[in-house]
Amino acid sequence: MDWAVIISNAKFILLQGLVGIGRFGGGTLALAIPAILLGFGVGITLGLSRLAQRSWIHYPAAIYIEFIRGIPLVMVIFWFWFLVPVILHRPVPEYWIALSAFVMFEGAYIGEIVRAGIQSVPRGQVDAATSSGLNYGQMMWHIILPQAVRNIIPSLVTQFIVLFKDTSLASIIGMMDLTKAAQTVSQRELRPFEMYLFIAVVYWVCTYSMSRFSQWLEVRMSPERKPAL
Amino acid sequence: MSVYGFLGFSYDFRWSVLWTPPHGTWLIDGLLMTLRLSALSWIIAVLLGILFGALRTVPFRPLRILATAYVEFFRNVPLLVWLFFWYFGVPEIFPESVRQWLNRHGAEFLCAVAGISIYHGARISEVIRAGIQSIPKTQLEAGLSTGLSVTQTYRLIIIPIALRLIVPPVTNESLNLLKNTSLAMTIGVAELTFATRQIETYTAKAFEAFTAGTLIYLALCLGIAYVMNRVERKFAIPGLIVRAGRAEH
Repeated sequence: MDWAVIISNAKFILLQGLVGIGRFGGGTLALAIPAILLGFGVGITLGLSRLAQRSWIHYPAAIYIEFIRGIPLVMVIFWFWFLVPVILHRPVPEYWIALSAFVMFEGAYIGEIVRAGIQSVPRGQVDAATSSGLNYGQMMWHIILPQAVRNIIPSLVTQFIVLFKDTSLASIIGMMDLTKAAQTVSQRELRPFEMYLFIAVVYWVCTYSMSRFSQWLEVRMSPERKPAL
Repeated sequence: MSVYGFLGFSYDFRWSVLWTPPHGTWLIDGLLMTLRLSALSWIIAVLLGILFGALRTVPFRPLRILATAYVEFFRNVPLLVWLFFWYFGVPEIFPESVRQWLNRHGAEFLCAVAGISIYHGARISEVIRAGIQSIPKTQLEAGLSTGLSVTQTYRLIIIPIALRLIVPPVTNESLNLLKNTSLAMTIGVAELTFATRQIETYTAKAFEAFTAGTLIYLALCLGIAYVMNRVERKFAIPGLIVRAGRAEH
């Protein structure tokens, strides 16, 4: 075990790889945070569409979700890596390819979470909203979605952990993230054991603390919990 | 055949690249490698999952801590990092003779199996733990009070019930494993994704190659999901609607 190689490269790996500050751009967090926010938007759209009565809204969303869930993320990334530059007629930086792939991939999984969240809201809420004269949009916006989102916040945090781990795949198309940073350093220093173990610990600290946070949130937000006096 | 799409880009489709030799063989070999890698990793992952999932519930603290440490460390780090760690990192700390032995015996495949099965073993053990913990404690107590030992109670009562409860979440996890074998391409295992990339590199026909890979994965996943759905209904315990929790992440 060679600690010196870890210490001398920790700054590059953490700043460039994890946060994305440096001349290579990218960054695991710089990819994961926008991806979960935009993916949530796509997910709400897909989740609502999948619950829609009209079949021309319902089926495309259902097929999209099942399609994405049936193929590996690597395949999705390769598709975007190939298609985005062809459609836009110009080279696209890896970061934007990875971001678009992750948004559309996670969107399908978040769509299922959103659907479960909406279905967890009691039917009586819909009846009450309808009978008080709200239209569909008002009902969703003011009554159903606030309750649904509250129910799914723990699942969303969990999904963010999954996404955080998945961003390591962006290194396959050459985006600079934690994994790519470790790869670069270990090729230069010829110390793969130390470098990969180090980023394993970095990933672990991030995901484990988020998973503890999600457990805490779940207990705190569960309806069985007695309200504080 | 040239197609001018509505988005204004042109692409010359040539589907024959998929079956002109040797590309067809690459695809089939890739598919077989994916299946081989998945099957072997799955068996080891399930064994690890059962072992550590059960260990996390035994009434003996040191074993529980050991099992928790395994699960929490391995499942919280990306699989890709584990693959690089096992393939590039671990052989470095062994003497030259071990490395030569590994290289002679297909280090890529062995390291992929190690990485995938240890990672997914940790995830499956979470599913199994949730399954075991959804069984009322009274079952264990009843078993013990009829004179069975702890081991016997687990072997004869807790594990058989838990196995049936966890069919749906384990199916889900197995499909994840199948899809995750695609990461083995990064350390040079010639599986399905590797084969599609290879065709793409040799022919520059990315659309056709990726379509082939995508459809094969879809067929595999939907096929397994369909079969397991039927198995699920057959193995569901009558009267028991409790569903064991899925792996968290």
